[in-house]
Amino acid sequence: MTDLIDGRRASDYSSTAAKRRLVKRYRAEARFRAYGVLGLILTAAFLAVLFIDILGKGLPAFWQHSLMLRTPLVPAEIDPLGAHDPKQIASADFGKIVKDVLASQFPYVKSRAERKLLNSLLSSGAADALRDRVIANPALIGTTVATPALLSADADLFFKGRLTKVEAEPAKSAATLNIQPQERYEILSPDGAFAASLAEIKRHLGARVALLRAEVQGLLAQRPEIASRLAQARDGGNSAEALRLENSLQSIDLKSAELQTRMQNLEIRASSSSASEKLDATLPSILAAANGGLIKAEEISADRLIGPALVPPRSAASLAPGDWSIVTYQTPQSFRRIADQQIAWLEHLKGQGLIDRHFNTRFFTSGDSREPELAGIRGALVGSLLTLLVTIVLCLPVGVAAAIYLEEFAPKNRLTEIIEVNINNLAAVPSIVFGLLGLALFLNTFGLPRSAALVGGLVLALLVLPTIIIAGRASLRAVPPSIKDAALAVGASHQQAVFHHVLPLAMPGIMTGTIIGMAHALGETAPLLMIGMVAFIVDVPSGITDSATVLPVQIYLWSDLPEIAFEAKTAAAIIVLLAVLFVMNGTAIVLRRRFERRW
Amino acid sequence: MAATYLLCTAGLAVLSFFLAASRARALATTGAALHSRPSYHGLFLASLVLTAAFAIFALGWPLTGWLAEKYALSVLPAHVTTDPVGRDTALRDIGEIVQRREVAGANSEIIGAAAAYARITWLGRVITLIAGLAAAAALLLNGWNRISSYFPARNYFERWVEYLVFACAAVAVLTTVGIVFSVVFETLRFFQLVSPVDFLFGLEWNPQTALRADQGEFGGSFGIVPLITGTLLITTIAILVAGPIGLTAAIFMSEYASSRTRAFVKPMLEILAGIPTVVLGFFAALTVAPFIRNIGTAVGLSVASESALAAGLVMGVMIIPFVSSLSDDVMNAVPQSLRDGSYAMGSTRSETIKKVVLPAALPGIVSAFMLAISRAIGETMIVVMAAGLAANLTFNPLAAVTTFTVQIKTILVGDQEFDSAKTLSAFALGFVLFFLTLALNVLALRIVRRYRERYD
Repeated sequence: MTDLIDGRRASDYSSTAAKRRLVKRYRAEARFRAYGVLGLILTAAFLAVLFIDILGKGLPAFWQHSLMLRTPLVPAEIDPLGAHDPKQIASADFGKIVKDVLASQFPYVKSRAERKLLNSLLSSGAADALRDRVIANPALIGTTVATPALLSADADLFFKGRLTKVEAEPAKSAATLNIQPQERYEILSPDGAFAASLAEIKRHLGARVALLRAEVQGLLAQRPEIASRLAQARDGGNSAEALRLENSLQSIDLKSAELQTRMQNLEIRASSSSASEKLDATLPSILAAANGGLIKAEEISADRLIGPALVPPRSAASLAPGDWSIVTYQTPQSFRRIADQQIAWLEHLKGQGLIDRHFNTRFFTSGDSREPELAGIRGALVGSLLTLLVTIVLCLPVGVAAAIYLEEFAPKNRLTEIIEVNINNLAAVPSIVFGLLGLALFLNTFGLPRSAALVGGLVLALLVLPTIIIAGRASLRAVPPSIKDAALAVGASHQQAVFHHVLPLAMPGIMTGTIIGMAHALGETAPLLMIGMVAFIVDVPSGITDSATVLPVQIYLWSDLPEIAFEAKTAAAIIVLLAVLFVMNGTAIVLRRRFERRW
Repeated sequence: MAATYLLCTAGLAVLSFFLAASRARALATTGAALHSRPSYHGLFLASLVLTAAFAIFALGWPLTGWLAEKYALSVLPAHVTTDPVGRDTALRDIGEIVQRREVAGANSEIIGAAAAYARITWLGRVITLIAGLAAAAALLLNGWNRISSYFPARNYFERWVEYLVFACAAVAVLTTVGIVFSVVFETLRFFQLVSPVDFLFGLEWNPQTALRADQGEFGGSFGIVPLITGTLLITTIAILVAGPIGLTAAIFMSEYASSRTRAFVKPMLEILAGIPTVVLGFFAALTVAPFIRNIGTAVGLSVASESALAAGLVMGVMIIPFVSSLSDDVMNAVPQSLRDGSYAMGSTRSETIKKVVLPAALPGIVSAFMLAISRAIGETMIVVMAAGLAANLTFNPLAAVTTFTVQIKTILVGDQEFDSAKTLSAFALGFVLFFLTLALNVLALRIVRRYRERYD
C-alpha cells in the first residue's frame, strides 16, 4: 500500500519492476481465490465420500438371500388332529421340517456335527414364512409348497461376497483321481496343474514371514530403552524396579527367540519353491472340483493334491483337461465366519438354482433382534414417530405462543430482555445437557417412565423450542406493519389484529421453521441415551408410555455390535434416516418457495 | 386415566363454549347491544373451565402419587421402610408390578403393597376427576349466569391469552432454571463426596474405582484434567480443520461467488449441517479411524484404533457449516463503501479482503469461531462412537483420549445408583460443560453486539 501512497512510486507503472510486482499481485489474487474453491471442494469431497461410503455399505442390506426348497407338508407332523386349528398348527415344529428338507439335499451328511453345521446355514427364523403361510391357508397341508427359508447372516454375507473371494480356474491338463485310505482322495496331475496354487501358498507364507520379522524388530527395538532404564535402576539402588525390568527383558528375549524360530521355519517353507506344502486354516483353501465332487487339499505339491471330500465325487474316473477345476477360497478359514464345508454346500445349492435373492421387506416390518438377518427398524421408526408426535404437540403451540408474546406483546423491560437472552443461549446448550435435565427432572423427580417416547418427546420439545421460537419471531417480523395497522384502523383489537391477520400470514414461515426443528429432533441421539432409550427392545411400541427406541439410537446401538452383518444394517438404517430427513427438508423448501410472500 | 381426565375436561370446555356463545347470541337477538361478540363469551368461559381443570389436574395427580407411595410403604413391614436402600428397591418393584411387568423375587409383602398402591392411585385419580369435573361444572353454571350484554368477555379473554402466551415464553426460562437446578443440586451433592479441588485439578479420572460406597476415599479418581486435555485436543483438531476450510469457503461465497454458485454451494453446506451426528460418528468410527490407522501403520506410527485425530477430523467437518455461514453473514454485513474505497485505491480483490473486509469483520469471525468451539465441546455422538473411554493425559493426536460428553454418556447409560459418587460425577461434568459452553456463547454474542454498533 505504501508504494501507492508515495507520489513518485505511484506513477511508476511501466518499469519492469512494477510489471513484475503487478504479476505477483495478480498471482496472489488467483491463489487467494483458489483457497476458497479448495475449501469448498474439500467439503464437497467429504460429503461425496460420506454418502458413497454409506450407500456402499448399506444398500446390500436391503437385499437378502433365501433358500427356495420344495417342502412337503406332512399332515402327521403339522396338524395330527386335522382340525386346522391355527394354535395347533402354530405349535408344530416347522423349524425341523425346513431342516429336514435341507438335509435331504445332502444325503451324504450323516454325522451330528455335520448336521449341525448344515443347519447353521439357516436363520433361526427360517421357518417363519412357511408357518405364516400354512396358518393363513391350512388347505396347503398335505401338499408340497415352495417357500423361501431365510439363510443365516453368514450365509447371506457369503453370497454378497463379503466373506471370501471364490476363484475357480479350469485345469488345462489331464489328471487321475485315486481313492486313498481314511476317506482321502488324491489327484495326480503329472503336468503340474497345482504349481500356481502352490506358488500362491508360498507367497502367503512369505507375507507371514515379513509380518513376524516386523514383530521381532518391534520387540527388539524396545530392548535398549529397557536396558538403559535397568542400568539406571541398578545405579539408583531401586532393586524392585530392577527386578521388574529384568523380568520384562527376559520375556522379550524369550518371545523374540520363539518368534524367530517360527519365522525361520516359515522362511524355509516359503523359499523351497518345489516342496509340498501342508495347508492349515490360516492359509487360503485350495480345492479341486472333479467328477461332481469337491476335494479339499490337506497337502499340495505341484503335481499332487490330497485331502478329504467336502462333496463326494461320483466316480474315480480319470479327468480330462477342462473337465475339472481348481477352486480357491481366498480368505483363510480361520479369518472368516463360515467354514469351507459350508461354502461347498452353499455353492452346491446355488448351482441347483435354489438360492433366491429378494428385497429385504423384513427390515421394515420387524423390530430389533440379536440375529442380524431378522433385525428390522419398524420398532425404531414407530418410536421415532411417537416421539416426534409428542414433540410437535408440545413445542409447536408453546413455541408459536412464545414467539407471539416476544414479537407482539412483550413490553420493553428487563424481564423481556432476560427471556430473549435466555432463548438465544438455550439454542446453544449442548444437547446432552438436555438429557441430564430429562434424567434428573422427568425421570427422577416426576417419576415418568424410563425409555418412553413421552419423556423423549418432552426432552426434544425443550431442545427444539428455541429453534421454533426464533423461526417464529423472524416470520412474524417479516409481516409488514401495514397489515396490522389496517386491521387496527377498521376497529380490530390488538389481539384480533395479531391472531386474525398477522399470524396467518406468518404461518408458512413458522411451519418451515417447525419442520426444520423436527428434522433436527429426528436426528438427535445424545439426550435420548440419557433417558434410557437405549434398551434392547424387540416389541414395536404401541403407545407413548411404552419402552421405545428411536432411529438414531437404533443406529448407535447397531454400530456398537461386532457382527459384520450389523454394519450393513447400520448403514441401511442410516440411509432410511437420511432419506426421511431429505424428505422433511425438501418439504420445508417447497413450502417456503410456494407460500413465501415478498412484501 | 390421564387421557380420560383430559378428554372429559376438554369436552366440558367445548360444551361451555357452545352454551355460552349460544346464550349470548340469544341475548343479541332480543335487541340488546352486546359488549363482546358471542364467540368471545364462549371462549372466555371455555378458558376458565380449562384453567380450573388443568390446575386441579396439576395438583391432584402428583398428590395422589405421593399419598399412594406413603400408604404403600406403611403397609410394608418396618424393617424394609427404615432402610433407605430397601425402601428404594421396594418402591421400584412396586412401580414395576403396577405396570404389570415381571419382577424377579417379589414376595407377597411387596405384591400386597403394590395392590395397595394401585388401589390408592385409582381412588385418588377418580377423586381428582370428580373434583375437576365438579369445579368445571360450577364455573360453567356461574359463568352462564353472568352472561349479559354488559359483560366484557373479550377483555377478560384477551387478558387470559396474554397470560397464556407469557407463560409459554416463560417455559424457555423455566427450562434454563430446570437445567441449572438439576445439574447444580447433583453437583453440590457430588462435592460433599469429592472435594472441588481434587475434581478440578486432579490428574487422574477413573470413576469405576469408586463403585462402592465403602471404598471410602474417592480422591484421585475424579480429576477432570485428563478430560479437559482430551476435549481440548479433539476441539483443537476440529478447529484446525474447520477454521481454514470454513473461513476460505465463507470468503469465497461472500466475496467471489456469483449468485448461481451460491445457490449451489449454500444448500451443500446446509446438507452437511443437517446430517445427524450419529451418522458422522458411524463414518468416523468405521471409515475414518481405520483409514488413519492404516496410513499410520504404513508409515510406521502406532495409531490407537480410537484416535483423537479421527474424531477431531470428522468433528471439524461437522462444524464447517457453523464457521462458514456465520462468517459469511458478518462479511456480508461489512458496508460496500469500505470495499469501494479500497478498490478506488487500486487494490485487488484479495488485498481488499485481507486488509479491509477481514479486519472489519474480525469480531464477528472470532465469535463464529467461539460458537463453533462451543458446539464442538458439547458434541456427543461423534466422540462417543469414535473416541476412546480411557482418560489418558496426552496431547498426542494419534492416541486415544476421552471427553466430557463421552464420560457423561458412559456413566449415565444403563442402570445407575443415584447416590454414588460415580453417577453424581456425571452431573458435575454436565455442570462444567454447561457453564463452559454458556460462557463461550455469552462472550461470542457480546463480541458480535459490540461489533454491530460500529456501522449502524
